[in-house]
Amino acid sequence: MSEQASAPPTRQQWMSVLAKAQPDRLLALWEAAERGEERRMTWLRAPEIGTAMVQGRAGGTGAAFNLGEVSVTRCSVQIDALVGHAYVQGRDKNKARIAALCDALLQSEVETANRIHTGIIAPLEADAEEKRTRTAAKADATKVEFYTLVRGEEA
Amino acid sequence: MYVAVKGGEAAIDNAHRWLADLRRGDRDLAPLQTQQVSEQLTLATSRVMAEGAIYDRELAALAIKQARGDLIEAIFLLRAYRTTLPRFGTSKPIDTGAMNCLRRISATFKDVPGGQVLGPTFDYTHRLLDFALAADGEVPAALQAKLQSQATSSTGRKPRISDFLDDEGLLQPEPTGDATPPDLTREPVSFPAGRALRLQALTRSDEGFLLGLAYSTQRGYARNHPFVGELRIGVVAVEMEIPELGFSIEIAEIEVSECETVNQFQGSKTEPAQFTRGYGLVFGQAERKAISMALCDRALRWEELGEDNLGAPAQNEEFVIMHGDNIQATGFVEHIKLPHYVDFQSEAELVRRLRRMHAEDATPSQGDTA
Repeated sequence: MSEQASAPPTRQQWMSVLAKAQPDRLLALWEAAERGEERRMTWLRAPEIGTAMVQGRAGGTGAAFNLGEVSVTRCSVQIDALVGHAYVQGRDKNKARIAALCDALLQSEVETANRIHTGIIAPLEADAEEKRTRTAAKADATKVEFYTLVRGEEA
Repeated sequence: MYVAVKGGEAAIDNAHRWLADLRRGDRDLAPLQTQQVSEQLTLATSRVMAEGAIYDRELAALAIKQARGDLIEAIFLLRAYRTTLPRFGTSKPIDTGAMNCLRRISATFKDVPGGQVLGPTFDYTHRLLDFALAADGEVPAALQAKLQSQATSSTGRKPRISDFLDDEGLLQPEPTGDATPPDLTREPVSFPAGRALRLQALTRSDEGFLLGLAYSTQRGYARNHPFVGELRIGVVAVEMEIPELGFSIEIAEIEVSECETVNQFQGSKTEPAQFTRGYGLVFGQAERKAISMALCDRALRWEELGEDNLGAPAQNEEFVIMHGDNIQATGFVEHIKLPHYVDFQSEAELVRRLRRMHAEDATPSQGDTA
């Protein structure tokens, strides 16, 4: 896996990965990777469902306009001295809680951070990459190959 | 005399109970799962998200089930739900140039870099009913091509068709600006609305209404000779600044349909001939809507492009924006079925009086004709 060999992800990257994760998959990975940390967790902000207004640009590159909203769930947790935040897509409070726990633990000492990274973030990234590649491969199979018909005396 | 009319609670309760019973349908059949709606009626789900103006497949699927497949009713449910949610912030504008495309075609350039990628399209089907679907037949999985290099595959950044025309100066540049766009969910619409507000209104407008208006522009009501420069459907990331962190993260990824039209422009006294643009961007897989939106956007730009107002409906900002919202429209159109007993009584009384007066005037009084 080339993912592990590259530089460790930044907080911005792992929060992005967690935000877009499938709730069921995240839950399964969390259950396999956690070591009872949840018992030390306290809520700083309980999960709250809301939205974010998504903007587009006229012509794709021009002035911004409001396209519509997307559902988002956010929460904040504390484990010992570590504060974890989550802003995740959808309305799954459980997903937000796990994402915030991961965010806190990924800021922890190397051993814990590595366990969460290899157990949760890296597999989620691999899932996303696999999905991207699969879509691209299906799209490429529908790419038009043109045949040129030569007509007239020049032929 | 004022007569208060009260009642009907039991009738209403029983009506809703019957509605729920009919929604469930034949008990010998398995109940419809909302996941089946979002997975197998994906385009209905897309439409409800786009016109409900909130991207959430599960909610849209639930709304479709609850509304018994009445999409406008489902959109109404989503709009109502949306108003109960707090808004955490506003995203950065999505970068559709970085879209992970499942479809991308151009009607203007055959040899577009990256190729004409058809994706999962209804185009070129024969529109014959497939009775195998009624027989519940399984279908083979989509074919996957071997991915070659980044440059030729469908992943990675794809240049816009409009950029090629832009480079030659053939296409009018897209006006840029960092102004905060107006938001019709927060401020009542006032006119002139401007393009940013129009685009927001158009993207949540009724697909059928926009389709009809777009068609009218092609048939001659504010004709503007469109080509589909590019049509893409795919997934983009939504990035938002997180206030408590001071940096931005990707909070979501959404599927969108985007259409850029290239339209003829004759040029004016001050400007040489140049193509102009129309733009459509819609949640989900909704290319009919995206194309219609682009045509309507272009027609509504007549003033800014120095064209004549031909009095066409599609050129009339107030007409398009105020009548495109199917929830506002259905609310007003359908409310007339609700009790108007008192209004009607007063009108009926007035008509009776007028008729009486008319009859009295028309009756010749004795002696006049002598």
